[in-house]
Amino acid sequence: MSLLRVEHLVVEFPGRRGTLRALDDVSFDIAPGEILGVVGESGAGKSLTGAAIIGLLEPPGHVAGGAIHLDGQRIDKLPPEQMRKIRGRKIGAIFQDPLTSLNPLYSIGRMLVETIMTHLPVGAAEARQRAIQLLKDTGIPAAEERIDHYPHQFSGGMRQRVVIALALAAEPQLIVADEPTTALDVSIQAQIITLLQRLCKERGAAVMLITHDMGVIAETCDRVAVMYAGRIVEIGPVHEIINQPSHPYTRGLMACIPDMSRERDLLHQIDGAMPRLTAIPPGCAFNPRCEQVFERCRQDRPELLAAGATRAACWLHAQDGAAP
Amino acid sequence: MIVTLKRWLDSDIGYSFRSSPTALVAALIAFICGFAALFAPWVAPHNPFDLATLELANARLPPAWYAEGSKAFLLGSDDQGRDILSAVIYGARISLAVGLVSVVLSVLVGVTLGLLAGYVGGWVDAFLMRLCDVMLSFPAILVALLIAGVGRALFPNAHETLAFGVLILSITLTGWVQYARTVRGSTLVERNKEYVQAARVTGVSSLRIMRRHVLPNVLGPVLVLATIQVATAIITEATLSFLGVGAPPTSPSLGTLIRIGNDYLFSGEWWITIFPGVMLVLIALSVNLLGDWLRDALNPRLR
Amino acid sequence: MSTPLVQATDLAMTFDVSAPWLNRVLERKPRLLLHAVDGVSFAIERGKTLALVGESGCGKSTVARLLVGLHEPTRGQFRFDGLDAHAIYKTGHGLKLRRRIQMIFQDPYASLNPRWRVEDIIAEPLREHGLLSDNAAVRERVEALLYSVGLAAPDRIKYPHQFSGGQRQRISIARALATQPEFLVCDEPTSALDVSVQAQVLNIMKELQAELGLTYLFISHNLAVVRHVSDQVGVMYLGRLVELADKQVLFDHPRHPYTRMLLDAIPKMHDTGRARTPVQGEVPNPLNPPAGCAFNPRCPHANDRCRSERPVMLSSDTAHVACHAVEEQRL
Repeated sequence: MSLLRVEHLVVEFPGRRGTLRALDDVSFDIAPGEILGVVGESGAGKSLTGAAIIGLLEPPGHVAGGAIHLDGQRIDKLPPEQMRKIRGRKIGAIFQDPLTSLNPLYSIGRMLVETIMTHLPVGAAEARQRAIQLLKDTGIPAAEERIDHYPHQFSGGMRQRVVIALALAAEPQLIVADEPTTALDVSIQAQIITLLQRLCKERGAAVMLITHDMGVIAETCDRVAVMYAGRIVEIGPVHEIINQPSHPYTRGLMACIPDMSRERDLLHQIDGAMPRLTAIPPGCAFNPRCEQVFERCRQDRPELLAAGATRAACWLHAQDGAAP
Repeated sequence: MIVTLKRWLDSDIGYSFRSSPTALVAALIAFICGFAALFAPWVAPHNPFDLATLELANARLPPAWYAEGSKAFLLGSDDQGRDILSAVIYGARISLAVGLVSVVLSVLVGVTLGLLAGYVGGWVDAFLMRLCDVMLSFPAILVALLIAGVGRALFPNAHETLAFGVLILSITLTGWVQYARTVRGSTLVERNKEYVQAARVTGVSSLRIMRRHVLPNVLGPVLVLATIQVATAIITEATLSFLGVGAPPTSPSLGTLIRIGNDYLFSGEWWITIFPGVMLVLIALSVNLLGDWLRDALNPRLR
Repeated sequence: MSTPLVQATDLAMTFDVSAPWLNRVLERKPRLLLHAVDGVSFAIERGKTLALVGESGCGKSTVARLLVGLHEPTRGQFRFDGLDAHAIYKTGHGLKLRRRIQMIFQDPYASLNPRWRVEDIIAEPLREHGLLSDNAAVRERVEALLYSVGLAAPDRIKYPHQFSGGQRQRISIARALATQPEFLVCDEPTSALDVSVQAQVLNIMKELQAELGLTYLFISHNLAVVRHVSDQVGVMYLGRLVELADKQVLFDHPRHPYTRMLLDAIPKMHDTGRARTPVQGEVPNPLNPPAGCAFNPRCPHANDRCRSERPVMLSSDTAHVACHAVEEQRL
């Protein structure tokens, strides 16, 4: 049974010029202990998906359709008080900027102990012991002393480790990580993603890793979902998506990423740009930029169809032979 | 012009304006007061300062809705037969004029010094900021009294024009500081942005960069401050006039009128002081509300 | 061999980041000096691209700003086409020199004045240098520049906020090319862009280089991008150049331990699953660099000499490395 099930999720932003549909019928699953990557360019809606799951959509944005089920329980329509209990206990969150993710006025020990005691039935002394152990697990040296330090006394990479410790403190089943390594140096990035991967496998926590960096996805994830203009265009095992993508957008994306192993004169480029949310074309959102477009693409929006080892939202893979 | 107005009304700020009843009402009131003040000679039923038209027979008439009142003097008359309505309109004219001029001067001085402090930095910045600190420690009233006293001692004969000069000078001297500080802060931010660096790489001179690149980007908050400060300036002017160091009695502002009328409050002729007071409140309130709306309208839209 | 177009010799830039004088006196704080760039030397041939890579605090952006005259070096020299650039920047001829050297910045949102129209932004260098005075001629040139970066003539009357990040970066490129420069310093021009947009911008830059014979200094932290655009690569760490080599040599046979670790640490799309030696520790505080070789606290090959003596740049035909372990042939 899947841990997280998102079904036909729709997120809308009502505004004075009309309602903006930022997420349009997004569906995916995450199995317990699995690491799912969500990749896409800016404006594709990946951060919004994470925010919708955690329940932290900025008003006036709201879930306008579909359902989110966590461990069998429906969470998208919960009242704020109940959602607060789930957040932290069942879902942990890691955001991009470690500087603003931590309250500069609290020592990290206080934040950790508070989180642990809010969600787990332990006393203050035991909570502190657990906090110290968490810091050790995340690789922070001299944890017994540093637990009483303040965020500004840590460097960027160390701070992100503290954020990971905080996210894992209440032993959640799912971690939503939104661009956890983008603000860090390359060498620290490698340390952090290795750490995240190891800790989650050890604790059996599933991870939803949102990022635009395919390299990070390739090294950490089991499966990956590719998003475009508020929709999932392809989802499947990570190596299939990277090496044998089925959707034309995914293919274009993989081809235009400069890669260390190959060298080309000119990078492959996808002409045009992702459509603005106010101007999404009918049918398949990618059709104006697709090299293999045909008539059906401009009229009907494709569902996720089986395409080899992955599933792609593309009429080229329709079973009824409609593709030319 | 109509096209620009139409386009503005359709924009985000125009929409915010149209959907805020406070802003609309405040704008309406401010517009009416401003219009009346500008066209005072045509709007006011009498000219209260033309001594030839005054008749003592018309003195101390109550407002028109009283039995003893007269339609010619809608809001009553004072002890010399001057029509209160006209006096209020002419008084508003003086108050608004003083308020607007001092704000314009404050903005000019403040923005220039703020730009210099923020862009040049170093000891220029330190010096100007200490100057701001010193200026802030003086209340406007004290500065006005000081300058008035000095002025009167130096020029004992040029009383009237001196009075206005002193008034505007003292309000300006205490008002420029907030613009300087705001603009300095914004300049510090803009100076490090890459478009300024691009201009420096191209070889544009510092003065030009300040004027053509930085200035347009820091004026936003200044606009809001200036709108609100018009109300403050008018009230400060009223206070100074009330204390006797502001506008002279021959061309009274609203503050002067309030002071003069104050003496008659206890003899029962309340209209002489109340109506100028009401006008003052109306102007200050409407301008303040407009400034408030402007601040809120500009804020969240700034990314 | 002709003189290289760009030649930097022992460039250094030290910033005084001490607390204000009053605080220093009252709180007895010491003077704080930041050695952002500490003795960097390189040369770029005409028409070639040198890439400078490194992580935060390595000083690559400061090097860029030194070359375009935004800072004056505390030490060292920058010769452009044989002339001492900083001496010229200070004189009246500085404007002429600035015509030949231009810069492209990282943030597409902050590098264009939001209150100016695109045509004014692009025309500013033209007007500033008095290259074209006739309004019609200026407009023609602006339209030609827009066309050369893949935008359209009607775009000139729009404002920056009406464009996407990639398009704004192209406008920046158009502005940089207005005075027909020979040398372009590019400070992370595609780091803030999406991958597909990055591909477009990099392709345009490469085409323009071939067409106009431009010389590039390309700053980046993304080694994959660097591999795509550069001819030579320099690796910086804490203000010093640790390795400088032709691209092929650097990627196939990295010599310096830091270069090796950097290449190893980058998450790669293909070829995953290899066991890697993770990099230890973090970049130290630039205000307090380690004694001797800056990399020694994190280097698995560090010995006593590394901890006390700063390595000098050793040159061979195709590569320059500053490392004692390499010199002593321990690596």
